[in-house]
Amino acid sequence: MSFVKLSASAIAIAAVSATAAAARDNVQVAGSSTVLPYASIVAELFGENTDFPTPVVESGGSSAGLKRFCEGVGENTIDVANASRAIREKEIKACAENGVTDIMEVRIGYDGIVFASQQSGPAFTAFQPADIYNAIGSKVMKDGALVDNSFNSWAEFNADLPDVEIAMFIPGTKHGTREVFEDKVLLEGCEATGAMEAMVAGGMSEDDAEDACLDVRTDGKSVDIDGDYTETLARIDTNPNGIGVFGLAFYENNTDKLKVATMGGVSPSTETIASGEYPVSRPLFFYVKKAHIGVIPGLKEYAQFFTADEIAGGSGPLANYGLVADPELAATQDAIANEVTLGSDS
Amino acid sequence: MTDASMQTPETGRHSVSLTATDAHTRKRANAEKRFRAYGIAAIATGLFFLVVLFTSILSEGIPAFKRTVISVDFTLTEAQRTEAEGELFKTKAYSNLFIAALKSELDERGLNVAVDEAAIERLLGKVGGTIRTFYSDNPDKIGEPVAFDLTASSRVDGYFKGRVSRDTMQDSRFLQKSDLDLVDALEEAGIVKQAFNWPFITGADSGVDNPGGAGIGASVVGSFFMMLVVLGLSLPIGVAASIYLEEFAPQNRFTDLIEVNISNLAAVPSIVFGILGLAVFIQFMHLPQSAPLVGGLVLTLMTLPTIIISTRASLKAVPPSIRDAALGVGASKMQAVFHHVLPLAAPGILTGTIIGLAQALGETAPLLLIGMVGFVARGYPDGFLAGFTEPNSAMPAQIYTWAARADVGFYEKAWGGIIILLIFLLSMNIIAIILRRRFERRW
Repeated sequence: MSFVKLSASAIAIAAVSATAAAARDNVQVAGSSTVLPYASIVAELFGENTDFPTPVVESGGSSAGLKRFCEGVGENTIDVANASRAIREKEIKACAENGVTDIMEVRIGYDGIVFASQQSGPAFTAFQPADIYNAIGSKVMKDGALVDNSFNSWAEFNADLPDVEIAMFIPGTKHGTREVFEDKVLLEGCEATGAMEAMVAGGMSEDDAEDACLDVRTDGKSVDIDGDYTETLARIDTNPNGIGVFGLAFYENNTDKLKVATMGGVSPSTETIASGEYPVSRPLFFYVKKAHIGVIPGLKEYAQFFTADEIAGGSGPLANYGLVADPELAATQDAIANEVTLGSDS
Repeated sequence: MTDASMQTPETGRHSVSLTATDAHTRKRANAEKRFRAYGIAAIATGLFFLVVLFTSILSEGIPAFKRTVISVDFTLTEAQRTEAEGELFKTKAYSNLFIAALKSELDERGLNVAVDEAAIERLLGKVGGTIRTFYSDNPDKIGEPVAFDLTASSRVDGYFKGRVSRDTMQDSRFLQKSDLDLVDALEEAGIVKQAFNWPFITGADSGVDNPGGAGIGASVVGSFFMMLVVLGLSLPIGVAASIYLEEFAPQNRFTDLIEVNISNLAAVPSIVFGILGLAVFIQFMHLPQSAPLVGGLVLTLMTLPTIIISTRASLKAVPPSIRDAALGVGASKMQAVFHHVLPLAAPGILTGTIIGLAQALGETAPLLLIGMVGFVARGYPDGFLAGFTEPNSAMPAQIYTWAARADVGFYEKAWGGIIILLIFLLSMNIIAIILRRRFERRW
């Protein structure tokens, strides 16, 4: 273990690092933790079924993924961003500023968002958006007036619900799931309870009222979960009164621990979500950098493989895991084949 | 002491016999006894937690080393292979061929339970990949019967390991109660059995719907290459820096500033190094993402202060008489350091290095930012040099990823991964102890 030998090995490693900037031969993906399971299934199958190396899929959330996606063009940036919501105008602009102009949008299917509680807990079996809003909205209607939310128990505003303390675990703001939760549950509930009307009557503009509807109470009855669903599950496990927000696929993998509630009288399943009866669902996407097609081997093939009928269709492995297949998959396949980008209208 | 105790009886103030203990002595003796009891209690508490930790790791992790297999002879004809290779979803085609073959075999045997293909599909894990890889590696086996041991689905595995029971399970598209009758019948026929989980030791990560196929082998290799980088860079740099600072550098404000900064660096949270690694190594130097090389560089930054501090401490611990003697017989300062001081300090340096490496081995946070946490399942690198640059994961990152997945099968894998991580750490420590024994010199 002479000093000379060690120095020699250090120099050897430094030499390796100098030659390391060789071409990347695998697809690099990052983004939504909701899309991650599906992307990992496809990545494994893509590696097994083609001659391309298995793509690397990182997690981190839709916004973080799109941010990295928009960092620029080149081998040291990612090729694909997974997102559980559509890309925003602001993000397209940020992309363009860094030279990422041709973006292909690929919708892979739909994901249902379900409300579930501990298997042995109180009977939370039926919710309306209004119930959720009353439980965690920051301003609610009480005796005809708009007041700060002071409800302690579910039974206080809906006698059909159990008389136990409110404890909701909702996705944190960096999750794409949060946006759907806000749009399809909080906003709906805000309108249904009349709180929004009261806010507008109180002098707020419509937009301000909508924003105010999305505020959740901060007294600890509603907890933001920034991690993934396993963290929510752990919270539910220790709190029999807790209600968690999960993806349909996660719930279906844990039916022995979780009891799901209906929303608006419809129970969540791939069928009710595909038909649109179950209200809380959202499309899942991934975005492809067109500039990388032809540079990174297997990128277009990955997108095509992902959306093939055998994979993303109704009887494929993704649907088997809990993804709700997109009825317009054929159009998506055509768009990828023709490398249609955002804003090119075709 | 003796004088004082002799005096006491004479003055008569404490007219107590020497053999009888007075109140003050008793108090001191009691205080000592209490202190010993606290010490023993502290050690016992530590041991207790250690035992709890180990029993929970072992009891949760050991099942990961067993898997449920379905072992059947299967023959693939050339025509079947050509047809399967023509499909887009080839592994599914292979899997369907296997299911059909298994069904006809079961029909022949005449089990007294209903067998349908959908049920067999629910029992099987994702086996198409295994079959396809086998035939592309051994094309000469086409047309003859091959004994396959294929992994059963995670829920069937759970049934054998007690995770899934008839009473609590609910029918789902993953498993139905009637399937368990089939499993029992197959077990009786010797088709379904438990075996040692080699794929777990040797394999790479797998998709979230395939817990049976997940293995830690590839990430062990990833961790190994990272440790090579860390050792190869941080040991020479750290030792050189501390020898210069300790033996050669003048004492002035500038070296004081460096010293303070090294101590501060040792306390910097590891995630900071991750951000630095992303910005410098990936975005500026254009090194590949998700590569053990970058992971190793980032962890080197984290390990350096630990090594420098411990090396300096062990250099300081070498008695100055050794340096003086060497210099006295005419050795140059460098000769004195390299021939006499450094060999004596080597055991201490090794200890510091191994502590630094152990820390680096268990680190996940900086790897998050350079793309080594997530789904990295490329498998083994194509060669020694490729091991540094090809995307790979590391053991703690792999364990973290598994623990976050929905299927409980992965949770068990995470515990199993911890056992492998501990074994890796233990073997690193053993190597260090052997080296230290060889270098140890007494004076």
